[in-house]
Amino acid sequence: MSRVTKFAGRDPGPAARVAGFIAHLRENGLRLGVAEADLALAALSEVDAIRPDDSRRALRAVCTGCREESERFDDLFNSYWMDMGRVKPKIAPTESSPTSDNVHSSRDAKGEDVGASGSSTAPDDQGGEADSDGTGKLIATDQPNLAQKDLREMIRPEEIAQAEEVARRLGAALRDKRSRRRIAARKGDRLHFRKTIRQSLATGGEPLRLLRKKRPDRTPKMVALCDVSGSMSVYAQVFLSFLAGLMRADTAADAYLFHTRLVRITEALRDKNTMRSIGRMSLMADGFGGGSKIGQSLMRFADTYAKRFVDGRSVVLILSDGYDTEDPAMIADALAKLKKRGCKVIWMNPLKGWKDYAPVADGMAAALPHLDLFAAASTLGDLAALEAELAAL
Amino acid sequence: MTWTDLKSALAGEGYVASDDLAVALQLALSLGRPLLLEGAAGVGKTEIARTLSVVKDTKLLRLQCYEGLDAAQAIYEWNYQRQLLSIRAAAEDGETGKAVEDRIFSRDFLLERPLLAAITQDVAPVLLIDEIDRADEEFEAYLLEILSDFQISIPELGTIKATTRPIVILTSNGTRDLSDALRRRCLYTYVEYPDRATELAILKARCPEVEARLGEQIVGFVQKLREEELEKTPGIAEMLDFAAALMGLGIADLTENPAVLQATLTTLLKTQSDQAQITIEIAGRIAGKAA
Repeated sequence: MSRVTKFAGRDPGPAARVAGFIAHLRENGLRLGVAEADLALAALSEVDAIRPDDSRRALRAVCTGCREESERFDDLFNSYWMDMGRVKPKIAPTESSPTSDNVHSSRDAKGEDVGASGSSTAPDDQGGEADSDGTGKLIATDQPNLAQKDLREMIRPEEIAQAEEVARRLGAALRDKRSRRRIAARKGDRLHFRKTIRQSLATGGEPLRLLRKKRPDRTPKMVALCDVSGSMSVYAQVFLSFLAGLMRADTAADAYLFHTRLVRITEALRDKNTMRSIGRMSLMADGFGGGSKIGQSLMRFADTYAKRFVDGRSVVLILSDGYDTEDPAMIADALAKLKKRGCKVIWMNPLKGWKDYAPVADGMAAALPHLDLFAAASTLGDLAALEAELAAL
Repeated sequence: MTWTDLKSALAGEGYVASDDLAVALQLALSLGRPLLLEGAAGVGKTEIARTLSVVKDTKLLRLQCYEGLDAAQAIYEWNYQRQLLSIRAAAEDGETGKAVEDRIFSRDFLLERPLLAAITQDVAPVLLIDEIDRADEEFEAYLLEILSDFQISIPELGTIKATTRPIVILTSNGTRDLSDALRRRCLYTYVEYPDRATELAILKARCPEVEARLGEQIVGFVQKLREEELEKTPGIAEMLDFAAALMGLGIADLTENPAVLQATLTTLLKTQSDQAQITIEIAGRIAGKAA
């Protein structure tokens, strides 16, 4: 069963084929230089190059440099060398190929186009149930929504890039918190006398090596909890892209979704591939756009994850409209519990931006006394405008 | 030596390597390139270096990286104490100037750290640079010079050229992205968790006294456990501990006593939430499936 590609008789030989393969990989976004072609040939001469599997392994070791590349390598290898015995007409790459631009992005190079991967599987269910236009009265519901919404439909990569920028600025506004004490550091601004003297004992009292100290950054950790219940579905797009941006901008950030349940989406959003990470997030947000149990979700957060991830240096960001089906006292209890961990709690409510809004929803009213900041946010612009207020915290 | 020979030599020392890994290792040996291994903790990245040094009958030099690792701890350092003593002694003898200086900056006063030691051996050693992702980026830059030229320049002494080229193996757990420059200089293999057959072979090589049936159960159980959503997926070392624990308790069948099985899970599950997640029922169910 020879699946091996037959090359045209007139082509110049194995070296050219390998060079062609390297060019093929390069076109597909692997970052390979001239030296790799050389090394690939050397590697092939070390193994039994007649056997496709050996060649595959050898070339994989030479040509890949990280896990993603290693996983994609099989396909790339097959498409070049194992072409089912078809004749490859030309092994040199065409001059006009638009390579250099997508070298950085494995996603585009893979040909897995962003729009195509999202829409091919997704049901077209826009204009769903809780599509509020602002005239009706919003009420909370405890029905979980069984229809899955594919978040990839709602979120565009450009928005994530924009949200990333916003999140980065918000993070920076919160971040500039330096400790008053100094600790030992390799590149410090002052001498660490105690350590220097202690170390000088080893060199007979001569302080040969000067040790330094500096004020460490006590970066606050952002923890974001986003309400994705039905009443919030209008704003979900903004908030979810904000979450995705936040995770990209700040490696220490933590993110959760809640509706009737609480899910941690930090791991999913860490995925380098934007669309894949949102795909994973939509799987996890099963029941998205359904009812809301804010109190219960916050309580669960305070009881479980908060114990591990929230401390005095955390800023807990709650993105919700406060419409809850459960007892509002629970929200108050949960927030009180959360506050005991020493964190700052910020509640961003999209409805606050409305004219004549008053936090009359029971849940919101119960939450107010526990908040460090209660702000309006329904667009990325609004979130960006919070910079000054966050800096003042 | 072909890669199949290498693979069987490694197996002879109790290391069951995948074909990918064996080929990459063979290429690293024959082309003289460093080999970068990535993979989850506990898949045997460090172990391969140790086994290779046994197979090649050579020294293993290990450099464990950590945040703040600097040239003084990785490459070389002057022996300040001896230098000072020597200066004082020289002063008493009335020796001065250039002679003292030459003496205190000679090889005798140089403390070799792993990287310098690795290139000055008589027989090429295996140099294991473990968890390179934990070291700072500046250290990576030092490493680049050494890995490409195999020479170290010491300002006071001049350049030390390698007498032999060490076999360099770098491991990374992927806690941070390594620079492209470093990746380019290395051959690369991603070490996966072993498949069922490989893991069985590992268990057989490491714990030959485990009976075949129990061995299959153990491996099946651990493989199934890896599919669960755990914070810390058990690696091969954990699997071997688990097997040893079961042997120590004299258990012949995983399914026979759920309480004991649950107790031995401490060898596999290393965080509190993982232990809470795999309850006695779940453990029993997984064991039942694996049997």
